[in-house]
Amino acid sequence: MSHDHDHHHDNELDPMAARVRALETILTEKGLVDPEAIGVIVETYETKIGPRNGAKVVAKAWVDPEFNAWLRRDATSAIASLSYTGRQGEHMQAVFNTPDTHNLVVCTLCSCYPWSVLGLPPVWYKSPPYRSRAVIDPRGVLAEFDLVLPDTTSIRVWDSTAELRYLIIPLRPEGTEGWSEEQLAALVTRDSMIGTGLACAPEAA
Amino acid sequence: MNGPQDLGGQMGFGPVNPEKDEPYFHAAWERQALGLTLAAGGMGHWNIDESRHARENLHPADYYSSSYYEIWTKALEVLLKRHGFVTDEELAQGHSLGKGTEPKRILKAENVAAVLAKGGPCDRPLEQEPRFQPGDHVKTRNFSPQTHTRLPRYARGRTGVVEAVRDGFVFPDTNAHGEGENPQYVYTVVFTASEIWGDGADPALTVSIDAWESYLEFA
Repeated sequence: MSHDHDHHHDNELDPMAARVRALETILTEKGLVDPEAIGVIVETYETKIGPRNGAKVVAKAWVDPEFNAWLRRDATSAIASLSYTGRQGEHMQAVFNTPDTHNLVVCTLCSCYPWSVLGLPPVWYKSPPYRSRAVIDPRGVLAEFDLVLPDTTSIRVWDSTAELRYLIIPLRPEGTEGWSEEQLAALVTRDSMIGTGLACAPEAA
Repeated sequence: MNGPQDLGGQMGFGPVNPEKDEPYFHAAWERQALGLTLAAGGMGHWNIDESRHARENLHPADYYSSSYYEIWTKALEVLLKRHGFVTDEELAQGHSLGKGTEPKRILKAENVAAVLAKGGPCDRPLEQEPRFQPGDHVKTRNFSPQTHTRLPRYARGRTGVVEAVRDGFVFPDTNAHGEGENPQYVYTVVFTASEIWGDGADPALTVSIDAWESYLEFA
C-alpha cells in the first residue's frame, strides 16, 4: 500500500471485511498461513461436509438394526464406518428420540456442534436467543421452528458443555415402510438432527 | 469466568429467527475468517480451550453485538498477539512489519483434508476408576472462577443424577491457561428443570450437562 492512500481503501469495505483482509495479508506475508489452505478449508465445508452426512447416518439407523445398535453403543466408530470423521466429530453420541421424549441439543457456552455430520452450524445455533432460551424455554424455542409438541411429551435438552458432540436420531416417519436408505435420507433435515425439527412426512419429500 | 458466553437462562435476546435455506456464509469475509481461524490454529500454538477463553474474554457489549465469525476474528487477533505472531501496529497497518514467533508448523493446502479428518481428539485414558457411577446423585460445585470453566452458571450448586460415565477428557479449566491437560472423567448429569429454574419450571423438561469429575461431589 502506498502511504498517500493511507486507510482510505478500507472505506470501500465494511469494517469486518477490511479487518479480515488485513489479518490475512499479514499472516500470508509472514508465511504463517497458506492462502490455498484457506481455500481448501472453505471448500471442504461448503461442498463436502454438511447435513447430508448426518442424514445418511440417520437413514441407516432406521433400516439397519445392527448399525442402530452400534450407533447406540459407540457412535464415533459407527459414524466413522461411513467415513464421517474428524474435526468437531471426534467424540460422537447418538441420541434417539422416542414417542415419549424429544431431544434438543444446544451449546450455551459457545457453539459446539457436530461438524463431521452436520457441517457448519447455522447462525441461529451460535446466537444468544437460541443459546439462552433452549435450556429454560425449549417449547417456546421449538414453536419458533413451527414445532409444537404436546405438553405430555417430555423434552430433554443436551447442553454440549464438553467435547461430546450429539446427533439426534429423529423418529422414522410413518408410511415409509420399505423405503430405501436413500429415500429415507431425503426426509432427514438438519434441524431434525439438532432437535429443532422432525423428519419430514413422506408426502413432503 | 462469568462472562458473556455463559448464556443459559438469560433473557431479553428475543426470538430465534431461524433463516430458511440459510447459506453457510453471509459475507465473503466470513469464509476467510473460518479459514484463517482453522489455519492459524493449525500452527499448534494454542488449544481449543484457550481459543474459547479468548472469545469469552471479549467485552460483553462487544460479544453481544458481534456475529460469531466476528467473535472468532477478534479472538484470533488476541491469540496471534499473545503468542507473538502479530503486533497491534501490524494490525493497524494491515501489513507485516517484521518477523514474529517461529511457527511450529504451517497448515499447507495438501494437508488440510488429513488434518480436518483427524480432528483433535481430547479423550485421554485414565488409570484410576471413575469416582461416580450411573444413577449416583451428585451436586455440582458452586464457584465463580475468573478463569475458563465449562460449568455453566445455571448448573452450579445443583443436584442431579449421573446418567453416563464418559471417557477421560482434557480438563479445559487448566488447559485453557497453559496449566496442563489434567484429564478427568466426564459425566453426563441430568437435572430436572425445577431444580435449575425453580417455580414455574416445565415439569416435563430435563436438562443435561457434561461435567468434569472435579465439578461434582456426592449429593
